Amino acid sequence: MSIEVRGLTKIYGAQKAIDDISFDVKKGEILGLLGPNGAGKTTTMKILTCYMPASSGSAIICGLEAGKHDADIKKKIGYLPEHNPLYGTMYVQEYLHFVAQIHKLSNKRARVSELISLVGLEREYKKKISALSKGYKQRIGLAQAMIHDPEVLILDEPISGLDPNQLIEIRSLISSLKKDKTIIFSSHILQEVESVSDKVVILDKGKIVADDKIASLSQQQTVGLTLQLELLSEISEEVLQSIEGISKVHKSGPKSYTLLTTDQRDVREHVFDKVVENGNKILGLEVQKKSLESVFKSFTQEENRK
Amino acid sequence: MVLVIFLLITGLFMWVFSDTSVINYNYASMGQLFSIGPLVFLFLIPAVTMQAFADEKQKGTMEFLTTKPLSDLQIVGGKYFACLTLVFFALLPTLVYYFSIYYLGSPIGNLDNGAVIGSYIGLFLLSAVYCAVGVFMSSITDNQIVAFILTAFSCFILYFAFSFVSELPMFFGTLDDVVKSIGLEYHYDNISKGRIDTRDIVYFLSMSFLFIWCTVVSLDKRRW
Repeated sequence: MSIEVRGLTKIYGAQKAIDDISFDVKKGEILGLLGPNGAGKTTTMKILTCYMPASSGSAIICGLEAGKHDADIKKKIGYLPEHNPLYGTMYVQEYLHFVAQIHKLSNKRARVSELISLVGLEREYKKKISALSKGYKQRIGLAQAMIHDPEVLILDEPISGLDPNQLIEIRSLISSLKKDKTIIFSSHILQEVESVSDKVVILDKGKIVADDKIASLSQQQTVGLTLQLELLSEISEEVLQSIEGISKVHKSGPKSYTLLTTDQRDVREHVFDKVVENGNKILGLEVQKKSLESVFKSFTQEENRK
Repeated sequence: MVLVIFLLITGLFMWVFSDTSVINYNYASMGQLFSIGPLVFLFLIPAVTMQAFADEKQKGTMEFLTTKPLSDLQIVGGKYFACLTLVFFALLPTLVYYFSIYYLGSPIGNLDNGAVIGSYIGLFLLSAVYCAVGVFMSSITDNQIVAFILTAFSCFILYFAFSFVSELPMFFGTLDDVVKSIGLEYHYDNISKGRIDTRDIVYFLSMSFLFIWCTVVSLDKRRW
């Protein structure tokens, strides 16, 4: 187990930023920390990176407990803070060299050029950091976090504010690292978490509302399937309701309907037969995949209602 | 930038302004440099130190530094010695004044060397204290302007206030020496005379250490 978090709590004044959080991340796994703003994602990361101690509970990183072996932990983690702070007056190469020096690397020059090509900064490495665009700055932030080849990478919102192309590049970069590193990253963009991570922890108001593998997470919430049906002409809802296995019919447009099934069985065949029986024609019929987005929504809203 | 301003101001006072210039003074002495030095540093050192931590905190790079394998003492020490080195390089070119006066003197070399060496050491130790105060003030705020004002104000208090206070009637003949010796001016004057007393050196060094230690404590408060 690469990271073990047990009962972690952080109190700021009277407010509990995170409340009794526990989760594990195995070596080589990518964990997505998901949650709305103010859920406690950044606080959790700040504790894991030994920036500040927890009020109670423990976080064990690579067998070392945060708060007791901070100096050793800091050597094993790479951290990309939120908003990616950089020294704007430094040159890209100079900055990476500086970071390599902090880590006391022996082959600084080789390592710096290796990372420059890894994150795709070959054309920019002689420029001043302040002159670069946000996407390039983000790459420098990633390079900085990876320069000492850490066992654990902690990335706080690594993809926020990037344009779609940069997003894809950074995402594939993160996925390509996967093999030998443990990665924790936070986001409130659900598609990102879904596409990159193996495991998701959903936080809301400092508490864990869900912690599971993505596949089982979306299954959990889905009792039946959702079908989207589009017809050539209108049909009465009772007809559709009478199909075996359909629990609910909702008219979503003039000629389109949303059907909910009672269980996981595929009833499309029956729907087709019934529609044709009634002299109508099907233009479209598909099973809606329940996305992480809807899972997220249902989890966090459930919490709000309490 | 700061370096240039320092040299410009001291140079003007030394050579150009007729009231204070050595040329009109008729004695070969560097007293001018060393009497206005502490005053000029009162404004220049805060300008050097103000960004030490305030800027890092504002930009968020403090989080970058503190999550790297560096101890707080290493970070503070790095900042402190960086500032001190800059000040040292501001002082270095003033050696030109020394050699100019040395050779302009009649006879050549008619200059109180002991006082000059003492004054250089004194001025450097004084700036070491100013830097420590400045780095500390920079660590308690994330606004550079606030850091500048706090540093200039505290250095002013440390340098002048104690000798002013010691002249109050209530201390007359009793504690005036003690009160005076808390301030920087008393010790700086002592060293400037060319009398390098370990008491003064210990005073300057312990003042510096005190403020460096305060800075380390102030960095640690993020953990509270």
